[in-house]
Amino acid sequence: MDAYGPLALTEEEEATLAGEDGRAAKKAMEILVALGNIYGAKRLIEVKSVQIAGVSYDNLGDAGLAFLREIALDGRVRVPATLNPAGMDLQDWKELGISEAFAEKQNQVIEAFARMGVMTTCTCTPYFIGNEPGPGDSIAWSESSAVCYANSVLGARTNREGGPSALAAALTGKTAAYGFHLEEARQPVVCVEVDAFLDEMADFGALGKVVGEKMGNRVPYIDGIRRATTDQLKSLCASIATYGGTALFHAAGISPETVKRPRERVTIGPEEIEQAKQEMSDDEDVDFIAIGCPHCSPAELRRIAGLLRGKRVSRETWIAVARPVKEAAEGEGLIAAIRESGAKIAADTCFVVAPIRGRFRCMATNSAKAVFYGRAKNRFKTVFAPLEKLIEIATGP
Amino acid sequence: MKSLRGRRIFGGQAKGTALVSREAISFFGGVNPDTGVIEEEGHPLQGRSLSGRILVFPHGKGSTVGSYTLYRLMKAGKAPIAILNRECEPIVAVGAIIAEIPCVDRIDIDEIPDDSVLFVDADQGSVEVRKPVQTFRPGRP
Repeated sequence: MDAYGPLALTEEEEATLAGEDGRAAKKAMEILVALGNIYGAKRLIEVKSVQIAGVSYDNLGDAGLAFLREIALDGRVRVPATLNPAGMDLQDWKELGISEAFAEKQNQVIEAFARMGVMTTCTCTPYFIGNEPGPGDSIAWSESSAVCYANSVLGARTNREGGPSALAAALTGKTAAYGFHLEEARQPVVCVEVDAFLDEMADFGALGKVVGEKMGNRVPYIDGIRRATTDQLKSLCASIATYGGTALFHAAGISPETVKRPRERVTIGPEEIEQAKQEMSDDEDVDFIAIGCPHCSPAELRRIAGLLRGKRVSRETWIAVARPVKEAAEGEGLIAAIRESGAKIAADTCFVVAPIRGRFRCMATNSAKAVFYGRAKNRFKTVFAPLEKLIEIATGP
Repeated sequence: MKSLRGRRIFGGQAKGTALVSREAISFFGGVNPDTGVIEEEGHPLQGRSLSGRILVFPHGKGSTVGSYTLYRLMKAGKAPIAILNRECEPIVAVGAIIAEIPCVDRIDIDEIPDDSVLFVDADQGSVEVRKPVQTFRPGRP
């Protein structure tokens, strides 16, 4: 490989590349080597866990499915790996209006991953279901909000992997050491001073939009967030990664990594956050309410169940959640309470990857990320509002 | 004959006719995965087929799912026989690997006229421009 790039392989890795561990492992190693050389990596490193995107049949199509089935012939994962949301609730897909034909293809995708030994839990919040790395851990995750959360809140190290490169990491237990795996690339370059009162998840989503758009792919150091819940940080991460290119920030008092505060600084005030909120709202009649982008935590489900108690929804309302979180909430009676209102639980899936383009006119959500993809991918108008307001719209006339 | 050198992304050899794009290509959504015809609205190569050609373009763009489009083109027998880039990025690199298309980057693609006959040895990272065809280029009026 020396003629071709700086990447040096161990004997074991060379053997995998030569095909000694099978065809799928060889393909995987070829992908890691090519990416490593493109980005100037000197070696491969071991990863503790993998999170694989490219799961929804709506995005994969027959080409992706064919590739996954071929890999599944002899590919087996070497480290714990979970999946990004699928295109449907793997059990209650009919309730979400998914077609028989789509469901069949989606199930084939999941079967292929299962054959490889991937844990087929489909979620953008792997950290809620036990795939939770610690500070300094090297991982290979794909979902942009989860990558940002792992890097910035948990202090783990990961680039934003594409579907095939995350799969390659799972099949080899390795990734190429470049980008956010290296100390240099993780240093913040701009200090963002936040001078605004942040309360709802929606506030954090709006802040993330402002930060993302200002920073692009530069790593920010965010100062001025006094306190934040896990859910609020989840929302901030999703938004920064969606509206900017970067999947890493450092927040004073929150992020575990010790870094130097950059000299260059920008300030974000309440006006900018308000403006971001307005930009995400079209003045339209809502016919779809989307909650759970990224997937709801147990705490959010409790709050939603409380707000919906004794009410009926008059508009299509989806609450997206990871299946293990849903199952735990069933024990608390939360799922029954939500369903009693007529709202639907969408486990394993979400509004970004489900095949719902054109099905609704205007989506109301408290997620800045869902606004972006709702507009770009699904061609919806959007209304951006905090949770209580969403429930008001859902149950209103 | 002109010789160009670059960096191997995926090995193999190919001889054929160049299809040159001066602009980036988005495979997902931009190329029909069953026919190999470039369908991106307003793209200089819109309406032309990359099937069986040595596809020369600066770099990929768009969704990472584009890697799978190259795989699907290969399965349909409509893939390019080699890919030459100025700077390869993960979408094209991964696509070339999974579809097993010889691929070389860091090539000065301005040195390759459209429709010229090329010999690509991706293992060596070399490209021979064997018959630079004189193509008619309309001047400014």
